[in-house]
Formats: sequence, C-alpha cells, structure tokens
Amino acid sequence: MSIGLHKSEFKNPVIRWVDSRLPLFTMMQKEYGTFPTPRNFNYFWNFGALAMVSLMIMILTGVFLSMNYTAHTGYAFDSVERIMRDVNYGWLLRYVHANGASMFFIVVYIHIWRGMYYGSYKAPRELLWMLGVVIFLLMMATAFMGYVLPWGQMSFWGATVITNLFSAFPVVGSHIVTWLWGGFSVDNPTLNRFFSLHYLLPFVIAGVVFLHIAALHITGSNNPLGIDPKGPQDTIPFHPYYTSKDSVGLVVYFIVFAILVFFMPNYLGHPDNYIPANPMVTPTHIVPEWYFLPYYAILRAVPDKLGGVLLMFGSIALLFVLPWLDGSPVRSMRFRPLARIAFALFTLNFFVLLYVGGKPAEEPYVTISRFATAYYFAYFLVILPLLARLERPLPLPESIARAVLGRGGGPIPMAAAAKPMEKA
Amino acid sequence: MADMATPPGSAPDTGGRRDFLTLATTAFTAVGVGAVVWPFISSMNPARDTLALASTEVDLAPVQLGQAVTVMWRGKPVFIRHRTPENVASARATPLTELKDPATDQSRVQKDEWLVLIGVCTHLGCVPLGQKPTDPHGDYDGWFCPCHGSHYDAAGRIRKGPAPLNLAVPGYTFTSDTKIRIG
Ligand code: HEM
Ligand code: FES
Repeated sequence: MSIGLHKSEFKNPVIRWVDSRLPLFTMMQKEYGTFPTPRNFNYFWNFGALAMVSLMIMILTGVFLSMNYTAHTGYAFDSVERIMRDVNYGWLLRYVHANGASMFFIVVYIHIWRGMYYGSYKAPRELLWMLGVVIFLLMMATAFMGYVLPWGQMSFWGATVITNLFSAFPVVGSHIVTWLWGGFSVDNPTLNRFFSLHYLLPFVIAGVVFLHIAALHITGSNNPLGIDPKGPQDTIPFHPYYTSKDSVGLVVYFIVFAILVFFMPNYLGHPDNYIPANPMVTPTHIVPEWYFLPYYAILRAVPDKLGGVLLMFGSIALLFVLPWLDGSPVRSMRFRPLARIAFALFTLNFFVLLYVGGKPAEEPYVTISRFATAYYFAYFLVILPLLARLERPLPLPESIARAVLGRGGGPIPMAAAAKPMEKA
Repeated sequence: MADMATPPGSAPDTGGRRDFLTLATTAFTAVGVGAVVWPFISSMNPARDTLALASTEVDLAPVQLGQAVTVMWRGKPVFIRHRTPENVASARATPLTELKDPATDQSRVQKDEWLVLIGVCTHLGCVPLGQKPTDPHGDYDGWFCPCHGSHYDAAGRIRKGPAPLNLAVPGYTFTSDTKIRIG
C-alpha cells in the first residue's frame, strides 16, 4: 500500500485504481453488500428502499417535465395541457409524476407505520426517526407546491387556503402571508417561487435521506422482534438476501404504480384541477390531495382559526417527540398487548380522519372529526405515556436466531441446515 | 496557574478577556449573517411594480338598488353592494354584543347604500358566495363561505363559523357621486 492511498480489496484494476483514491466502492460494499442485517425482516422492511426509488422517479420525471413547463400564470395551465397532448410521451411523464407523488406518500406512510408498530423510533434510533420526520415535512411542502404548478382551480385555491394558514398567527401573520405570496394574493410571483422551490426541495430531501441512511448505518436496522442482534447468528449480509427481498417488493410496487398510471391516472386527482385557475370564484368544495386529508380534518375539527392551525401543526410536531412520549423499553408491539390494540385503533382512526377530511364541513363529519382528532392526540399524549408505566409486556425472545429458527433454536439446527448447502 | 509565566502586558484574568473576544466575534458574525440574509428574505416581499398596481376605478352608476358587483383589485375580488334601506336597517338593528368582531354598520360604510368589501373570507381566503341573487346568503342575509362554513351578515360582519374577523373594508374614496377609487 502506498502512503495516502486507501487499501482497496477490489481485483479489477480500474475499480481498484479509483477505489484506492476514493473508496466509494469499498463504502458501497460495506454499507450495501456485506452490511450485517437482522435475519428476520418481513416485507414492511421493503418500504425504505421503495421510498428511495420513488424519490428517484420523481426527480427524473420532474426534470423532464420542467423542460416543457412554463411557470407563469398566463401559460402554466396551457403548458401542462401541451405536455399532455403534444409533447412526445408528455402524458406519460406527467401521469408518472402526478401518481408518483401518491405512490411516494403511500410508501412513506407505510414506512412510518412500520416504525411506529415495531418501535423503530426508540433508543438508539431517535435521531434517525427525527430525520425521517424532517423528510416527511419536506415531502409535504414539495408536493403542496407541485400541485400548484398546473394552475388549475384546485391548485389556486389549495395554495390560497394553505398559505392563509399562516395568517392565523397574531401580529406577524398577515406579513408572513404577503411575504409568501410576494403580493396581495396568490399570483404570478407565488407561482414562480413555488416552481423554484419545487425544483429545489427534492434535492434537499435527497440530502436528508443521505443523513437518514448514514444514521441507520450507525445504529443498524431494527427488526420485527425489536430486539438487538447479539451476534453473527442473528444477521445475514444485506446482499444478496435483502437486495432480492427488496426486488420482490419493487415488482409489486411497479405493478400498483402501472395500474394507476395506465388505467386510472386521474383517480386520485380532482377533476376541478382541469379548470384553469380563477381568482374570483372558489369551487364549492375544495379539498387538498388525499395524502393531506387527515391533517386537513384536524384543521377543520376546531372551530377556532388559530386553534385549528396550531393543532394541525402540532399533530406532526408530535412525531418529533414520539421517542420521548413512549417510554416503554420494549420496541416491538408484538410484545405489548395493550399498546398493540391502542395502535390498531390509531391506525383505524387515521383512516377515519382521512375520510372525513375529504367530506364537506357538515354534520356528522364535523363531530366525527372532533372525536378522531381527540383520539389522535390522546394516543400520543395520554395512552403511550401511561402504557409505558402500566403495561406488562410479554417475555421477549432470547435472540433473533432462537425466535425465528423455532423452539429447538440456536446453533444446532443452523449447523444441520448448513450441511446440505455445503454439498450443493 | 499562578506559577505560569504571564506574558508582559496581558491581564491576569485571561478567562474574561477570552470570553469577551468570543462574545464580540459571535455578535459581529450574527450581524454579518443578518445583513447577508436580509436581501434574500426581502426579495420575496412584493416588488415595486406589484405595489404600483394598487388602485382600481369603479363606476357605480349602472348598479341598481339591491344589485351587487364584483371587481378585481390587487388580484382579489372586491364586493360592492347597492343596499336597500331594509338591508341597512337590518344591519343596524343588530346589537354589537351579538358580534364576534364588533363594529357598527356606520363604521363600515361611507355612504349608507354602498357597501364595499374585500371579498375574501377572513378564515382561509376563499371567496364567499352571496353576490348573485341565486347564491346562498348564509343565515344572516349576507354572504356564506362554503369552504369551512362562515356566515357574514348584510354589513359583511362575521356571525358564525371559523372566520375570526369581519370582511375587510378596503381603503376607497368617492371621486364623484357615482364613482369610487379603491386603493
Ligand atoms: C419529492 C419529490 C416530488 C414530489 C412529491 C412532487 C410532486 C408534484 C405534484 C403533486 C405535482 C402536480 C402534478 C399534477 O397534478 O399535475 C407536481 C408537478 C410538477 N413537478 Fe413535481 N414533485 C417532486 C419532484 C419534482 C422535481 C425534482 C421536479 C423538477 C426537477 C419537479 C417538477 C415538476 C413540474 C415541472 C410540475 C408541473 C407539471 C405537472 O403539473 O405535471 N417535481 N409535482
Ligand atoms: S375560508 Fe371561508 S370558511 Fe374557511
């Protein structure tokens, strides 16, 4: 080894030359090849990789859409229609981008759900979890601004309602809103800056994803049992085991994606967004995209403007402090008989919020949204802290290997299983 | 400490000196960062041409008694309603104690029959319904915002629903008996 060069283990002379000067290959090999990973992942562990793929698809289609998109109130709507009708495969790029946003949120919601069920937010992964919440917030900002770009009625009025949320803050509120708009209403300056930020934020997300994964590779992955791997018998190398498992999930992901894009491309969108924006007429029933509905329901559940806004922001802020609200040392809810029920209800409740968020602000939806909002907050602020003290968890398995290899467990069946493999 | 050589001329209390220097440097850096950040923040506020587009002339002569028109001012709708004496009477009969954002009808008009309002709901900015005769007028004979259900009365005051404030009255002047300039 020459002084100042990395000692590369690669045989290929070109790879070796690069790797000894910039050990990218060694890093990839270490983090994605031999990386020791718990042997008991289920399919919920696919969703991180799927989220990564979603982000890449969004950036790819977004860059190409931008080549034909015009960020001006006079042209934006028509430029999107031109993408749909005249640009070669423009319809495909746009439908992949629009439905890709939905796929991204589906994947990320399941990814977050996984973390909440298996206690992945608990020590030592608190920071990893919080970086995830940052990504989620950035995604929401990005998707919100992206939806404004086609400049349809929902774009315009969605932008108006959401930016007006900030007017709820006393004293500074109206100044913040004027500043966000760059004028006295949502208008051309607003559209321009939203396009600029919509282009920028996904790359910021990519940066935070890097930190998220860097933190993951310090603590290692959690697993469905929520117990730490105790030795090599509890782990397997990431490649080829989880690269293949992720590929299976990826195929399913692409099937769902393709069904959306090719058979029901506008199912998750709102027809009013095919009407050009009109600042003088509000559609009678404005709704955000489906992935914002639970939070929109929380906003509308409160009859007070500032109260609604604070509760809505609070509902996400709670995710940041979740690691400290749930003091139970047992990670996986498999071993928490009560928390498991509370969390099943929380999941159901989330769908209730999603449903009422899409309904008009009338009875019985208003009352339902109030109960659902109450449960959402109670889960974090009352139930989890209480259960951490009161609940009696089930006994934890001795080790991952023992739990997954059956009762006899441990080294003996492993050795037996390894024998025929050696012959083959 | 005591037996360490102190360079000639330096104060013995080097800790305090260090702290002061650190503090001064930090403060100076903060001011510098602020000065650099400000142009960026400020560039997002309304530009001069946006501010310049700030007034609109409206001819009220064609607007019949009981009719309403909507005009655009600064990208927002402005409601102008030619009120009937009954409208005015009902708005004035309301005791202030019933109002969420108390204001007399008199304080919201320059001429009794002309009500001029910014047609933007003070909740989250939708345009309330009630300008057309066929529109819903809410429970108080004024405007109704369908977005989250705010009701405004015949003086544009908030009566029910999540909106906190009355519909705003823009600055305007009568340039003649039947003409106004908004802004
Ligand atoms: C986190 C990743 C992203 C998300 C969640 C996202 C989301 C969205 C959404 C929801 C729309 C509205 C689609 C519609 O209804 O038409 C949109 C439009 C758009 N996005 Fe993105 N986007 C992302 C990344 C990007 C990137 C990286 C770019 C550019 C480099 C981009 C460029 C565009 C353009 C030009 C439009 C307008 C054309 C259209 O409406 O289809 N996006 N985006
Ligand atoms: S915007 Fe009018 S009630 Fe919400």
